[in-house]
Amino acid sequence: MTDISERSRAEVEAVLQGRSRRAAAISLVREAALVPVLILLIIVGALVNPAFLTVSNFSGIGQQVSSLGVVVVGESLILLIGGLDLSLEGTYGLAPTVAAWLMVPALEYGSGAMLSPYLALVILLAVGAFIGLVNGLLIVKGRLNGFIVTLGMTIVLAGLQQGIVKGNTLFNLPAPFNYLGAKEYGQIPVSLIVTVIIFVVTGLFLRYHRTGRAIYAVGGNREAARAAGIKVDRVRIGVYVVGSLLAAVGGLMEAGRVSAVTGTQGYQEGIIFAVFAAAVIGGVSLRGGRGNMVGAASGVILLGLVQNILDLSNVSNYWIEAVDGAVILVALLLARIIGGEAAAE
Amino acid sequence: MTEPAMPTASAARTAPAAEALGIYKQFGSTQALRGVDLILQPGRCLGLVGRNGAGKSTLVSILSGIYPADAGQVRFDGRPAPPLGAPGEWRRRIATVFQHSMVVPGLTVAENVFLARQPGPAGLVDWRRMRAQAQQIMADWGFRLDVSQPCGSLSVEQRQIVEIARALAAGTRCLLLDEPTAALERAAVQRLFERVRQLVSSGVAVLYISHHLEEVFEICQDAAVIRDGELVLTEPVAALSKERLVAAMVGSGEPGAASAASSRVPRAAAADARRGPAPAGLVLEHVSAAAPQGSLHDVSLEVRPGERVGVTGLLSAGVTTLARVAAGAWPYEAGTVVIDGKRLVPGRRDLALRAGVGYIPEDRQAEGFVPLLGVAENGTMTIVDWLARRLGWLRPRSRAAAMAPLARTLSIVSAGLAQPVGELSGGNQQKVTVARSIARKPRLIVAIAPTRGVDVASKSVLLAELAAMTEQSGAGLLLATDELSDLDICDRVVVLVRGEQFTEFGAPPFDREALIAATEGLAHRGRDGGQQQPDDSDGQEST
Repeated sequence: MTDISERSRAEVEAVLQGRSRRAAAISLVREAALVPVLILLIIVGALVNPAFLTVSNFSGIGQQVSSLGVVVVGESLILLIGGLDLSLEGTYGLAPTVAAWLMVPALEYGSGAMLSPYLALVILLAVGAFIGLVNGLLIVKGRLNGFIVTLGMTIVLAGLQQGIVKGNTLFNLPAPFNYLGAKEYGQIPVSLIVTVIIFVVTGLFLRYHRTGRAIYAVGGNREAARAAGIKVDRVRIGVYVVGSLLAAVGGLMEAGRVSAVTGTQGYQEGIIFAVFAAAVIGGVSLRGGRGNMVGAASGVILLGLVQNILDLSNVSNYWIEAVDGAVILVALLLARIIGGEAAAE
Repeated sequence: MTEPAMPTASAARTAPAAEALGIYKQFGSTQALRGVDLILQPGRCLGLVGRNGAGKSTLVSILSGIYPADAGQVRFDGRPAPPLGAPGEWRRRIATVFQHSMVVPGLTVAENVFLARQPGPAGLVDWRRMRAQAQQIMADWGFRLDVSQPCGSLSVEQRQIVEIARALAAGTRCLLLDEPTAALERAAVQRLFERVRQLVSSGVAVLYISHHLEEVFEICQDAAVIRDGELVLTEPVAALSKERLVAAMVGSGEPGAASAASSRVPRAAAADARRGPAPAGLVLEHVSAAAPQGSLHDVSLEVRPGERVGVTGLLSAGVTTLARVAAGAWPYEAGTVVIDGKRLVPGRRDLALRAGVGYIPEDRQAEGFVPLLGVAENGTMTIVDWLARRLGWLRPRSRAAAMAPLARTLSIVSAGLAQPVGELSGGNQQKVTVARSIARKPRLIVAIAPTRGVDVASKSVLLAELAAMTEQSGAGLLLATDELSDLDICDRVVVLVRGEQFTEFGAPPFDREALIAATEGLAHRGRDGGQQQPDDSDGQEST
């Protein structure tokens, strides 16, 4: 009917295919925007300390960033639907605290319930899901602002965490509880394997599952998604639940890694900053609807490398945070330059 | 901050108010403009027409200093245009009312009118003066708009009024109107035309872009046609016929706009369907709904399978609300909405979709598509449950396969089905929205102003497609529009006035005059022309 009929169909299709192939190439460049930065960091690391380029160091980095990575997946999902959740760090602390408290004897600041570790793991997940559900219902059904709701929730959760263990640290956790965070096969930590699986499955889910695509639609234009018959409220609440669930799993990994649940895990460590930084450096938009797991993963790896290099270098402990923050800002800028307008907004 | 002198200088007589010389512009792989020369003379109105994607909006953006041309020059009053970095300079030379709302929703009407040019000493804002001046402009224009209310609460029409007022307040001598009447009521359109004529006669140069050719003939002195990024015709309107204009837009060797006529063949089937006993289709009974775009009070309506029912009325008459309620996109408080014998849960769009209601929303920017997602993904959003395999997994290829035939019938022009819809031209975005709503083969299509912003040729294709859809599938059509010519494809037309059913027109062709009179709440043969009612026609609930 239009200009297309004037030219031969095959010719037009060839042109269009060429274009879409070029578009695909461009989007690949965007997704891999951080690769040069990562390579640069590895070179810097190798120059700073010969111990950097060793299998054991990288396995250590892997173990260290795993718990962060899992939370970043959760936060990225919530950012994709156009929301945000500050309380993931609260969940990251409270869920393992509750579970450990139920297993540990009263003498060691536990509840004395001496729950089976397997049951405790179920409760850990339930705590995570429940917190997400409350957040989701308040934000979606209660039409409250997500920033304020999750900020308030963070403080509630941190207070509960303190109240339950009175500021003490829970030690002597049973082996099944520590398995995810501490166990290694050869030099490969289980936590890394699980985190990689979570990234890959989430990435595929976002790309090839109808609910994954609905997440992009809801984040990209909520009203259009609603008009197309997507159950917007259900998708949003579901994502808050899954996000919190992943935060609880991240907390379990961290507890296993240090073989304890400290009173400061989560909120007092302020991990939420690193979570947001990794997601945004990785190109997950704070406005919703834009971002993917490749980017989020490279954001996590970047933070892990920076942290590791700072640990290995001679930077004084008192200055590490300042350098850490500065490097994150530079990484954001680089991601923006390489990834173009769309990145890092 | 207005220019000290209006039409004094003799230089303005000799030099054109604005010129675009040899403009080229490329977007990615699309060559949007190829050497366009356009000249705006003071005291003349130039109508620019062309099909969707022909390059109109690009040309407007370049003339308004939004982005630079790849090659070529823009000149004002014979002098080169200011640099792009000086938007204030541009705005003093040329003012533009854009197709898409450029109103800041959080600010008041007065602030939007004087955006970045608030009156007051030394950068301070003199609120009282600003409000008074804004009020004055509104009064001059005959718009009844409270200048201290926030723009977020305004309707589409009212936002446009704010934009027109803003352009005028800048006191420029060159005005670009990019489809200004697309969302205006008839009375408002007439007021707009009066103002444009007044401006033109006072020496202002106007570039008027519209899909409505009759408007071009009504208020323009010259007409220019743009096709595929090239200016193919520029002539005084007096020497032009409508047919030649359309031919220039469409280009040679194409069937043109005639296909709309085929949809006007009187159909016996629909008439039969109306008398048939089956209570299928859409039945609204005593429906009431409160809505900012106009509430409904006790409206009853039926759309039988295969029947095409038009609904029209003034902007606040509840036409949009009626359609949204039927589509499940807006809740109703009283009465019942029944689709194929099943009651529709108020405001549940997802259930309405599964009950077989396709929905073409009014504001495609807000509800029609997800800009970041591709053509195929947007177009098949309503049928993911059909395309998905076990456990909801879904291949992009199956989406593309489902989208391809739709894209072909609706002639969607894109750089591949993966191109984000946000990058398409307005008309193609609308076609994607239409594709999305008909992809599920609905038994009832609810369409609100589906041809708004769509060019003449595409408009008839689109209407013919909607008509053909209902013809072949036996689907009903509820067409809510203020575009009277769209109603030609309908079997009957219901007119709403202030949220209530005013009257109904039985069979096409519908008498245009009678329809207009009915929407104003006047009796069928509206002889009593003395009954002007400006108080009601654009009255608004400024609560």
